[in-house]
Amino acid sequence: MKNETPSSYEDAAELLRAAAADGRPVRFRGGGTKLGWGRAVPEPDLELCTGGLNRVLEHNAGDFTAVLQAGVPLALAQERFAAAGQMLALDPPTSPWGGAGDDATLEAADAGATIGGIVATNDSGPLRHKYGGVRDLVVGVTVVLSDGTVARAGGKVIKNVAGYDLGKLFAGAFGTLGLIAEVTVRLHPKPARSGTVVARADDVAPLAAGAAALAHAPLEADCLDLWWNAGAGAVLARFGSGDPGPRLSEAAALLGKIDGLSVDVDGDDEACWEAQRSAQRGDVVVKVSALPATLPAAAAATQSLGGTLVARAGLGLAWIRLPAAGDGAETAAGIESLRATLAPAPCVVLDAPADVRAALDPWGDRTGPVDLMRKVKARFDPAGVCAPGLFVGGI
Amino acid sequence: MPLAELVSICGPDRVVVDHAALRTYESDGLLQYAVVPAAAVLPDTADEVAAVVAACHRAGVPWVARGSGTGLSGGALPVEGGVVLSLSRLRSIVDIDLDNQRVVVEPGVTNAQISVAVGPSHFYPPDPSSQIVCSIGGNVAENSGGVHCFKYGFTTNWVVGCDVVLPDGSRATLGGEHGELDRPGYDLLGAFVGSEGTLGVATRITLRITPAPEAVRTVVAYFDTPEQAGQVVSDVVSAGVVPGAMEIMDQLAIEATEAATHAGNPLDVGALLIVELDGSESECAARFDEVVRFCEANGAVGVRIAQSAEERLLIWKARKAAFAAMGRISPNYYVQDGVIPRTRLPQVLRRIEDLGAEYGLRVANVFHAGDGNLHPLVLYDGSVPGEAERAEKLAGLIVEVCVEEGGSLTGEHGIGVDKKRYMPKMFSEADLATFQRLRCAFDPDGRVNPGKVMPTPRLCGEVPGPYRQHPLEAAGVIERL
Repeated sequence: MKNETPSSYEDAAELLRAAAADGRPVRFRGGGTKLGWGRAVPEPDLELCTGGLNRVLEHNAGDFTAVLQAGVPLALAQERFAAAGQMLALDPPTSPWGGAGDDATLEAADAGATIGGIVATNDSGPLRHKYGGVRDLVVGVTVVLSDGTVARAGGKVIKNVAGYDLGKLFAGAFGTLGLIAEVTVRLHPKPARSGTVVARADDVAPLAAGAAALAHAPLEADCLDLWWNAGAGAVLARFGSGDPGPRLSEAAALLGKIDGLSVDVDGDDEACWEAQRSAQRGDVVVKVSALPATLPAAAAATQSLGGTLVARAGLGLAWIRLPAAGDGAETAAGIESLRATLAPAPCVVLDAPADVRAALDPWGDRTGPVDLMRKVKARFDPAGVCAPGLFVGGI
Repeated sequence: MPLAELVSICGPDRVVVDHAALRTYESDGLLQYAVVPAAAVLPDTADEVAAVVAACHRAGVPWVARGSGTGLSGGALPVEGGVVLSLSRLRSIVDIDLDNQRVVVEPGVTNAQISVAVGPSHFYPPDPSSQIVCSIGGNVAENSGGVHCFKYGFTTNWVVGCDVVLPDGSRATLGGEHGELDRPGYDLLGAFVGSEGTLGVATRITLRITPAPEAVRTVVAYFDTPEQAGQVVSDVVSAGVVPGAMEIMDQLAIEATEAATHAGNPLDVGALLIVELDGSESECAARFDEVVRFCEANGAVGVRIAQSAEERLLIWKARKAAFAAMGRISPNYYVQDGVIPRTRLPQVLRRIEDLGAEYGLRVANVFHAGDGNLHPLVLYDGSVPGEAERAEKLAGLIVEVCVEEGGSLTGEHGIGVDKKRYMPKMFSEADLATFQRLRCAFDPDGRVNPGKVMPTPRLCGEVPGPYRQHPLEAAGVIERL
């Protein structure tokens, strides 16, 4: 496999066009922290790395927007925004899992996940509860297509309905439509202070009741998460503001009314949220698109497989980490039983060893309309060289 | 025209062919354009919608979907010889799931009905000014906004799934099937919302809803200049306060709305700023004093705090009536919908003022200040020869100013027919050709709302084949590495 690190969109376009001309498959690489995701595919001929597209082109502090090239590591961008009291409200795990990103030749890997990779995989973290996900925060995008086209969609303002919203189309497309070269994002004020209410229980029912009470209260938590592991768990709600104290007290009082919950307020809460984020990665991780009310069933199914669950309790998204069984077929069977139990919720395998990945379709069969997706793919990447086979339906 | 087939699908009463009756559909909210369609059909069910679309597809007849017809960019303008597909009869609220904070509706349900249906505990935040009549199907097509979207987001942030009829009459569910997020595959829903009815038509829509705020606090402050009001907005946002709404009106807009609503705003100020905080009681209380202090620090000449629900409604009545109120001070007006980076407000207002002077026309400004969405209202008298044309020219120059300052042609009204000629000001030919790829994936025959969004008609052609050698390459002039 050949490695190229273009330093301009034009160079990237030329590399892509040349690959398309010869029908050589290409994959795109940012920090290399999620290279194992998607369907198992043969190694492509070319790996196009975004390490040369690593500039923060604009940070318009007064307008709460920023223009980032794809290869900018999220952590570095956040440092820059924080200096102005701002943040990009995207907080997925940014470290590689296992050896997936361990490539000494790529500096970007040291800095973790890049904005391009996060957008391409639609990854998200606890802040999604309040701020939405990738699709809600990207307001503009520049893409490079396999015929060498460099095109922009969206804009640099947070409100804009001119033209088609291709940023959403490319977000979560895993590079199969083309390279995301640049994104414009909406920023938010970084809360001056934050605190977290934690309610623990050894029964999932009161946790779900607590999460529902908070989701339905007009308290506007920044994050509302749940975890469950081997018969014990917690619901966590984070409040950020100049003075989160009053809302922390109100949330604690709400949770205190629910039998079976033991409630604490944690003023120094960074560690517990880092734990929520990092639990989204593992040897075997399945992302479940459930609904809030079905999370208890997801927790029960997790426990029966000896796994751990973290969830966005107000949104219904869950990440189930399963123990790596010795045998890939056995793990795959466990995942299929999880899918059967939680149907119709889509269950997508993110992290998994090659033998598990080979034994099932990581995307499952609860996908969107694949025929229409194929038509979209054929228009954007007619040569079919952008990450072929990786995506839903083998796109 | 497959009239017999349309009649067999919907029955004779719901297929309109009488010319006088068809004139109901000749325009939407943008009255400058009118086209009488060949027929209008009013299906009752999603099955009928699919059958109508399939019949049009087989017959090669173009069609345009229409909700309540309140759009301001001509998105529902009929096509000559084509069919108007009215969704007004699909108006059931199918399911309300408060546990999961989802609601499933048909496209003809009005925006305001949704909040009523899920209230008082919850509400649906996007609230275009026409919310009493505009339909959610139209909101989805246009990605509608409203005064609350700086804090709460736009239609696209609240739609989690849509059952759609595609241009060939087939059906698909885009986004979540059961209200779930992140269904595997391309985010076709994200591309569909805001596509101005060019990719198909929604027959069933699943939305997220959110808890109704516990407290609402509203203040209106008066200033000598709109720039001062703009600075308050910047100070508020920079301090990390996220108001539910922030609206600025300039002197001319205040004058018109006072004539229409008698809201009690003074006529001798240069601008007013409405700031509304909503959320938890404690957070609102803590932040409200901060907002008032920012107003005073920026030279507010008066501050009025709503003391009752009635007073709050009166403040909003003036703002929400702003477009219609222009009729009090001008025979005609042209609504513009530009977006600018908020920090460019002083420059942009200056340039608008200069342009207005140059064209000899008054421009009133109403501004969704949080998200930079500016609605200049160009006032003119259509009975004066040439003035309408001058007003339209001026409105076009204003939106070009917005784009030059780093903004957008449209924040919430859409491109439609009204702004398509300005698209090349904001997007390159490569950008437009890339948009067209999406459209061709959905509608290769170009029969769904043709003539909208794109500045010039485009054909799709076959899906391009694999790479072919460039003539210069064949001639040995260039070489691929």
